[in-house]
Amino acid sequence: MLVSLKWLKDYVNIDDEISSFTERMTMSGSNVEGIERLGKDIDKIVIGRIEKIERHPDADKLLIVQVDIGDRLIQVVTAAANIKEKDLVPVAMDGAVIHGGKQISTVKFKGVNSSGMLCSAAELGFDDHGLPEDMKKGIMILPQDAPVGKNIKEFLELEDTVIDFEITPNRPDCLSIIGIARETAATYRIDLNMPEIILKEEADENARDMAKITIEAPDLCKRYVARIIKDVRIEPSPLWMQRRLQACGIRSINNIVDITNYVMLELGQPLHAFDYDKLEGHSIIVRRGRDSEGIVTLDGVYRLLSDDMLVIADENKPVGIAGIMGGEESEINSSTKCILLESANFVGPCIRRTSRKLGLRSEAAMRFEKGLDPELCKTAADRACQLIEKLGAGKVAKGYIDVYPERVNPRKIVLKPDKINHALGTEIPKDEMVDILERLGIRIEKDAGCSFAIIPTFRADIAREADLVEEVGRIYGYDRLPSTLPKGDATRGKIETPIRVSCTIKQILADLGYSEVYTYSFVSPRVFDRMNVPADSPLRRAIALMNPLSEEQSIMRTTLIPNMLDVVAYNLNQKIEEIRLYETGTVYIPKELPLRELPCEKKKLTIGLCGKQADFYELKKTIETLFAVLKIRLYEFAQYRHFAFHPGRCALVLMDGEEIGIAGEIHPDVMENYDINSRVYICELDMDILLKKASTDIKFTDLPRYPASSRDLAIVVEERLPAGNIIRTITDIGNDLVEKVELFDIYTGDQIKKGFKSLAFSLTYRAKDRTLTDEEINQVNNRIREKVAKEFNGVLRE
Amino acid sequence: MEEQLILLKQRALHDLAESQSLDELNELRIKFLGKKGELTQILKGLTLLSPDERPAIGKLANEIKEEIEREFSRKNFDIKQQLKTKKMEEEWIDVTIPSKVVIGHKHPLTLILDEIREIFVGLGYEVAEGPEIELDYYNFEALNTPKDHPARDIQDTFYITDEILLRTQTSPVQIRTMEKRKPPLKIIAPGRVYRSDAVDATHSPMFHQVEGLTIGEHITMGDLKGTLEAFAREMFGKDRKARFRPHYFPFTEPSAEMDISCIACQGEGCRICKFTGWLEILGCGMVHPNVLENVGYDPEKVNGFAFGLGIERIAMLKYGINDMRLFYENNLRFLEQF
Ligand SMILES: [Zn+2]
Repeated sequence: MLVSLKWLKDYVNIDDEISSFTERMTMSGSNVEGIERLGKDIDKIVIGRIEKIERHPDADKLLIVQVDIGDRLIQVVTAAANIKEKDLVPVAMDGAVIHGGKQISTVKFKGVNSSGMLCSAAELGFDDHGLPEDMKKGIMILPQDAPVGKNIKEFLELEDTVIDFEITPNRPDCLSIIGIARETAATYRIDLNMPEIILKEEADENARDMAKITIEAPDLCKRYVARIIKDVRIEPSPLWMQRRLQACGIRSINNIVDITNYVMLELGQPLHAFDYDKLEGHSIIVRRGRDSEGIVTLDGVYRLLSDDMLVIADENKPVGIAGIMGGEESEINSSTKCILLESANFVGPCIRRTSRKLGLRSEAAMRFEKGLDPELCKTAADRACQLIEKLGAGKVAKGYIDVYPERVNPRKIVLKPDKINHALGTEIPKDEMVDILERLGIRIEKDAGCSFAIIPTFRADIAREADLVEEVGRIYGYDRLPSTLPKGDATRGKIETPIRVSCTIKQILADLGYSEVYTYSFVSPRVFDRMNVPADSPLRRAIALMNPLSEEQSIMRTTLIPNMLDVVAYNLNQKIEEIRLYETGTVYIPKELPLRELPCEKKKLTIGLCGKQADFYELKKTIETLFAVLKIRLYEFAQYRHFAFHPGRCALVLMDGEEIGIAGEIHPDVMENYDINSRVYICELDMDILLKKASTDIKFTDLPRYPASSRDLAIVVEERLPAGNIIRTITDIGNDLVEKVELFDIYTGDQIKKGFKSLAFSLTYRAKDRTLTDEEINQVNNRIREKVAKEFNGVLRE
Repeated sequence: MEEQLILLKQRALHDLAESQSLDELNELRIKFLGKKGELTQILKGLTLLSPDERPAIGKLANEIKEEIEREFSRKNFDIKQQLKTKKMEEEWIDVTIPSKVVIGHKHPLTLILDEIREIFVGLGYEVAEGPEIELDYYNFEALNTPKDHPARDIQDTFYITDEILLRTQTSPVQIRTMEKRKPPLKIIAPGRVYRSDAVDATHSPMFHQVEGLTIGEHITMGDLKGTLEAFAREMFGKDRKARFRPHYFPFTEPSAEMDISCIACQGEGCRICKFTGWLEILGCGMVHPNVLENVGYDPEKVNGFAFGLGIERIAMLKYGINDMRLFYENNLRFLEQF
């Protein structure tokens, strides 16, 4: 909400520095978002009267003008075509500064001295939108009562401070100068001077005899007030009104439209003027739109209506979209003779929906959406008529039409100063509270020993005691509240185990050289193709957004792998070669599509690795280190095939037989899709299971008391046989006696047949309760050797 | 014989002094003191002596043997020392060669969240969580923001169905926690939130918040101030000033925003604080009685305060990061600075 400080001062007598004013207003709840000083740079421009105009002897298009600037005559050369003798014009004298900071000095135009310049509106920083056409192209011609010699800045109120207030959606009453003035009055504890409204009603006719108003949708329109103005003269509005509208961000159109906008800015009530003679049957019907009905709005766009929209219609057709924009056909123009002025109250949600549906925002819609006070309709209509009379823009018919099905009454809330103090932690005296509330327009009534706050209808946001607490608190000053800590029942701060484990995981990964990434939860549906996901994979069953920003961010991820590939590819493009990354993130798995209940949100840990030395085993070591720190022992890496991974370099990771993820080198096809030329190793693990399985219990087991002895086992097997299988068999048979199995050599080469490899294991034997005899050990060891050789078709080596 | 022994001693000591290596030393030991060594050979002659002479000669032989052996061990020690010294000298390395440090880095948002969590846990808070894909009811309705409420305009929402959406704030966790538990409560709820804002330096369709909620008997707005001022001091330093500006949120009443004195200009006014000297840090307020009623609490008996802060915003202020996109671009040169 842009507020002209000059205008504001019509209603409150503030005399404070701007910086202090904005600070105090901000701290009482009217946050200042910006300050603009208008006309500050303009200097030495005065009002002059044109005394004589002559043609320039050597230039066709130039005129030599003698201008009276009060204390003397000066000669100015101009190219303007719209001036005549006796016109009053703005004159920039030698040394003047015009809008934008340009300095004017005495110059010669083809031999003729020009000691100044006649100014256009634009050169004064005055928007020419509401001025006559010839003035837009030429010099600004001032009204005949403009005082010659006077500074133009004062005459046109060019110098002003415009303050941009952030108005929260609960305060539509502050979308007006009066609203801000009321806040100012409360903040400074000064008086608010409301404009006095007195009407002459010079026309003979009575409005009630001239038009008929019907509300057919009382659920969407709470009140409709109409006044009628005859003998209308459409012309530009006076410069002071244009200037005030401009300062508050509204362009001038003509006197009638400007008056409706002026009152909207002043009081917060949007108004609309219809050309009375274009309303068929001279009637207004407020009703729902009908299917296949349409209207061309003021902006020249044809808009299709529907039955969830509220329209203003005459007997036969819509003439406006209620609260949003009027129709082009009933728009007032230079030939309009009589107008019907609408001051109505439309229900916010309907306006909001319609405005969204049509993609049509307006100053009126912006106000109605938030819910306005129906009591304001009559005041605003009268105020507009008062201005019409003041500007001589028409004759106001007697009386008004008011359809107001259900009158809104002020709310009453019990005022309990103790409870207010209790909520704020203060000891504000009751008198001070009452003063604060009264300045905000809240009357206090006593009834049967009880105090009641009578909430004015324009403060629909105040509904219960908590709202009074806020009103008192903010005007009293939040900075004056004490700073305390909650008393009463103590709570204990704690960090639950999963969060602690998750911190540990992040710390280990950092120690191992991995950096953490955060990626978007929404991705492109194309990631599945890029990742080679088969058509029937459940991974493709992703939750789609109804209103995504783009296709690239339109579905909720079901895996973090594509995100990791994106980040790896991005970093490779940044010429970073050694890449070690991880993400702990959520994937969103629907139970059914379309969603009928909330989906499962699962946490995943994804690790990505790429670099000169990187290989599958580095990734595996990272994972196993993680498991070791988390004291997870029962896990397994099983040879696996997965569409996104290299078919020979992929493992399924199991924990206690439960699948917890996948690890491997990314499939060359996938790498091509991501334009990655180096090998990338990725794992994705189920973080929830990891957090659950991580053991935080520590149980001490006795140190070994009996000696260990070891035996080696070397075997030649087929090259593709997973060594892990052999280890598992050894462990199974060795049972309690084999304490450790270590693979210490893998050999392929000259001495081994092609397609085979030699594996050498070292087996450590130990019992908890006795020293094992050689005999015992050999017996088990032989069983292991036989079983391994047989099961894996191997040849034992000595 | 006595002469022989003295001669032997002289030769042995001479040879020992000349010897250069442990091998040489060993050979000399065998030569002089070995089982078939020279001393043994000489002592064989003892049998030829008279019993009177034997003790004196025997004693002399022993003394000489001991002396030679002492000399052996001294020499042995010397040579070993020399060898060690030589070896160590050969093992010289260039300590100025830089090492290759490979450490990973937690994401700046994780660091900030860790810090925030630590501060609030210290103030007696627990951590709660809630879903990111949320029901309209929890994200809006229960938070006193019914359909068509003008406040819904401020938060442009991603919808999945008419009733299911991506949460626009972490506040629904308040409702979920209060539904499950009885007061007193002190929780913080960190998490991802979503708003349909196009990406630029200060906007992102996805960002992170921490929600806070305190519920008890006789909680005052002064308690809200005290708690959040304590947080601001811990997070931004002791000298940081905080101020509370009235604001509006549908689910708190009274509502406020907390500003801290500008980190960049110390309140003098600069581009970062838009020349106000203040930086907006979080939104807060006393929990709206309608919200308490929605979860079955009696607002006459219990009340409380809530707050919500943006992790990205705090990270940007604290680390001087000027573009929000950096958090999600994941350039290692960015990540490595944390
Ligand atoms: Zn600053």
